Parts: sequence; C-alpha cells; structure tokens
Amino acid sequence: MSSVVLTWSVVIAQVMLALAMACAAYRMLVGPRAQDRVLGLDTLYVNAMLLMLTVGIRTGTDVYFEAALVIALLGFVGTVALSKFLMRGEVIE
Amino acid sequence: MTHAADLPAWAAWIVALLLLLGAGITLIGSLGLLRLRGFYQRAHAPTLGTTLGTAFIIGASMLCFSLLQMRPLLHEVLILGFVTITTPVTLMLLVRAALFRDTAEGRIEDHGPHGGPQPSNDE
Repeated sequence: MSSVVLTWSVVIAQVMLALAMACAAYRMLVGPRAQDRVLGLDTLYVNAMLLMLTVGIRTGTDVYFEAALVIALLGFVGTVALSKFLMRGEVIE
Repeated sequence: MTHAADLPAWAAWIVALLLLLGAGITLIGSLGLLRLRGFYQRAHAPTLGTTLGTAFIIGASMLCFSLLQMRPLLHEVLILGFVTITTPVTLMLLVRAALFRDTAEGRIEDHGPHGGPQPSNDE
C-alpha cells in the first residue's frame, strides 16, 4: 500500500514539475521583454533541478544529486551573467 | 521502482507528502510567473519554488536516501544552502537591471524610492 502511494506520488510530482517547466519555458520564449526571458530561464533551471532530485528518489541512485548540484551552480552563474549583460551591455567590466 | 518496498510505511507516506507539497508549491509559483501582469509582479512568483519547493523536495530526498542506505545523508543540504543564498542575489541583480533599463528608456520616472507612478510593463 505505502509503496504504491510512493510510486504514484513520485509520478504526480514529476508531472507537476514538468508543467511548471512548461510555464517557465513559455515565459522564456514569449515574455515581452528581455528581463522576463531571463526570469523564465532562472525558473526553468530551478524546476529542472527539482525534477532531477525527484528522478533520483524514483530510481534510488545518488547520481542525480550531482546533476542537480551542477544545474543549480550553472543556473546561478548564467542568471548573474545575463543580468550583468542587461545592466550594462557587458558581462565583465 | 523496486526500492520503494524497502522503505518503512511511515517513511513512504512522509516522503510522498513532502514530494507532493514541494512539487505543488513549485507549480503554483510557475503559474504565477505565467499569469501575473508586469515584470515587477512576476519577479516574486518563482521564489516559491526556490524556497519552499526546494526545501520540501530536498527533505523528501534526504529522508528517502538516509533510510535506504541506513546512515544519515546530509549532502542535499548543500543544494538547499546554495539555492537559499543565491536566489536573493540573482533577483536583486535582475530587478536592478530591469529598473535601470526602464529608467533609461523613460518607462518610469525616478521620483525616489516611494513616490512616482507605478511602472506599466505590458506590451
């Protein structure tokens, strides 16, 4: 009983996170201005990291944790670089 | 999903509850990113996913792997600490960049921190 509940809740959580990624991707592709697109990309990164953690719980292996850590690091660096670019037109001044 | 039977029943229920809470809160935040009007309103919504959503899903992952491997696993706290520290930094930079662009383009006038008209960002 409890393992069935766990299996189905993992599936539902994955569907919810995929829908959240779809919302963020829509905002990234459509968003009226450049800062909306950057915000959508940041949200997409965070949702992908959470989806990686959920896949790790589903498969029971530790590898996905490292993928999630790398995604979190790259998302931070990418958003900071894009924000600096929006501010001045250069990344490194 | 063969390892689900290895978890005790109470742990499976708690992991399922934490997963559903975290994913639901993240979905609400992303729906806010989709639905809210204007950039300065939209900037608030995804922080639901980066704070509460991440905390709940990382709690579920920690509980699951600690019980599966019979020892306390705390390395997920790395992700939680990193995301908690970096989210305000990125949002401050992004909103300051947006404010700079809007002010430079004359969309909002600079009346100090409390005065002035509200920025209208819909195109």
